[in-house]
Amino acid sequence: MTHVIKTDQLTKTYNTFKAVDNLNISVDKGEIFGLLGPNGAGKTTTVSMLCTILKPSSGTATVDGYNVVKESGKVRKSIGIVFQDPSIDDRLTGRENLLMHANLYGVPASIQRERILQVLKLVELEDRADDLLRTYSGGMRRRLEIGRGLIHQPKVLFLDEPTVGLDPQTRDHIWRYIKELKEVNDITVVLTTHYMDEADRLSDRIAIMDHGKIVVLDSPQDLKGTLEGDVIAIKSNDNKILEELLTKWLGFANQHHAKEILEVTVPNGKAAMPRIVELANQNNIYIESIVLCEPNLEDVFLHYTGGNIRDDTAKELHGLSAIHRRAIR
Amino acid sequence: MTELRGIYTLWLREVKRFIRDRARVVISFVQPLLWLVVFAAGFGARIVIPGIEYQHFLFPGIIGQTLLFTAMFMGISVIWDKEFGFMKEILVAPISRFSIFIGKMLGDSTAALLQGLIVFAFGFLIGIPFNIVTLLSVLPIMLLITFGLVSIGLIIASFIGSLENFGAIQTFINLPLFFLSGALFPTTGADIPGWLQFASKLDPLSYGVDALRTVILGSSWTPTNPLYINLAIIGIFDVVMILIGTWAFSRMKH
Repeated sequence: MTHVIKTDQLTKTYNTFKAVDNLNISVDKGEIFGLLGPNGAGKTTTVSMLCTILKPSSGTATVDGYNVVKESGKVRKSIGIVFQDPSIDDRLTGRENLLMHANLYGVPASIQRERILQVLKLVELEDRADDLLRTYSGGMRRRLEIGRGLIHQPKVLFLDEPTVGLDPQTRDHIWRYIKELKEVNDITVVLTTHYMDEADRLSDRIAIMDHGKIVVLDSPQDLKGTLEGDVIAIKSNDNKILEELLTKWLGFANQHHAKEILEVTVPNGKAAMPRIVELANQNNIYIESIVLCEPNLEDVFLHYTGGNIRDDTAKELHGLSAIHRRAIR
Repeated sequence: MTELRGIYTLWLREVKRFIRDRARVVISFVQPLLWLVVFAAGFGARIVIPGIEYQHFLFPGIIGQTLLFTAMFMGISVIWDKEFGFMKEILVAPISRFSIFIGKMLGDSTAALLQGLIVFAFGFLIGIPFNIVTLLSVLPIMLLITFGLVSIGLIIASFIGSLENFGAIQTFINLPLFFLSGALFPTTGADIPGWLQFASKLDPLSYGVDALRTVILGSSWTPTNPLYINLAIIGIFDVVMILIGTWAFSRMKH
């Protein structure tokens, strides 16, 4: 069994709203699996079901071989969770928070001390371990939460929007831990995020999710590769002649003009640029500027979801949290 | 074993949080003293309890009141935990909801017990005769009283989303339980209206206050019920509240 997580028609419905719609995914052992999508796409709901916090409306899922509904206790022992919102006790010290977690997850008393030290070292909080959490910065709290999720050595670590609201240095820091975790501890990581760069940097595979469904699932490279290619934007003293030359000598058929800019779409932009410049030189065309635009995940996202992070996100989020609140009562 | 360790760790957390909140501990001295000194002086001048000084009659009642108010107040920890997200960490942990409830209940009861002991120590100031036997018999009774009361607070808090609502409901429950318990005035006797006597019998704290008086005041107090009846009723109340509490916690989402 190499699939650590497998879902089968996993669905969560609130009244008539399908937050997660017949989801089928499988996550391999040892990979970092990214769930990317706008707010309200169903990422957190999916993760909540996999973490046994929410019961699926229909369909099933297994985590580490255990059914999330029937064997929720075993699932909980196999997973570590870093929630989207903070979930630490800020009136306790870092060490006390970790110790509490170790006790709640049944880590044997004889190895608790050592485990806690290891984790503190990993997230570089050894020197602050005995300070109250309320004196920690946002990034330090986040690091402690990630550390806490590892105390009981879970098979799968769920990270729900791990770097929201953190400064760039801290984000970079946290990304490093996550990479390290995967390499050193052979842990499987499920990451939800709405940051393209985060998904791109960390994930082995990315599932783009929208309206409760997976729109596309692939490695970051292949996802970017599905776009037709790189775009080279050129400004010269005679775009018209340049266009003819490019078609005739280099076979670049996919070209169009936008104002004074000639846009050429090619499979490999880096290789094409010097040849374009050379060709222009030979024909006495003066190139004022030339810019290479490689596709990024943002473009992929746009391509598949037919829009940027949606305008109606705020409205939808509001409605969704109201539904959550009702469900809690 | 895991469950026991879970209970222990949740208990420890509540106690640590309570002890670290120094301002609360200091403030908690003031209110009982006001009752025992100011209220007792004025009210005691006009009310006659046969065979006993009013201040002495009031003393076990104020211990009961302190247990009640602290116990109910501690329910707020559930709302804090929900608000600040820590409840999620507890609820997804691989331990049962019964253990979660018991751990929290024991922790909050310990806090209420500490407050009760502070008031108990005031007995020296007003000349209540004590010895170690009184202390040792008061302790388990106080603990038994707090279990049920803390459970009420936790159960209510598990249903309530906001601090404001909890405050309002808490007052709504505290005062009737306090007034009907016989802490301030006797609720039995020919001259007490029938409805008041009846309502008092429904108040679990009545049995607690009666039991505390029996132990603290000794022969100068004529108990309403024998001690063992009082303790049995409180015990049954505790068990029922713990069962309801476990149910309330098991339906709680984060």
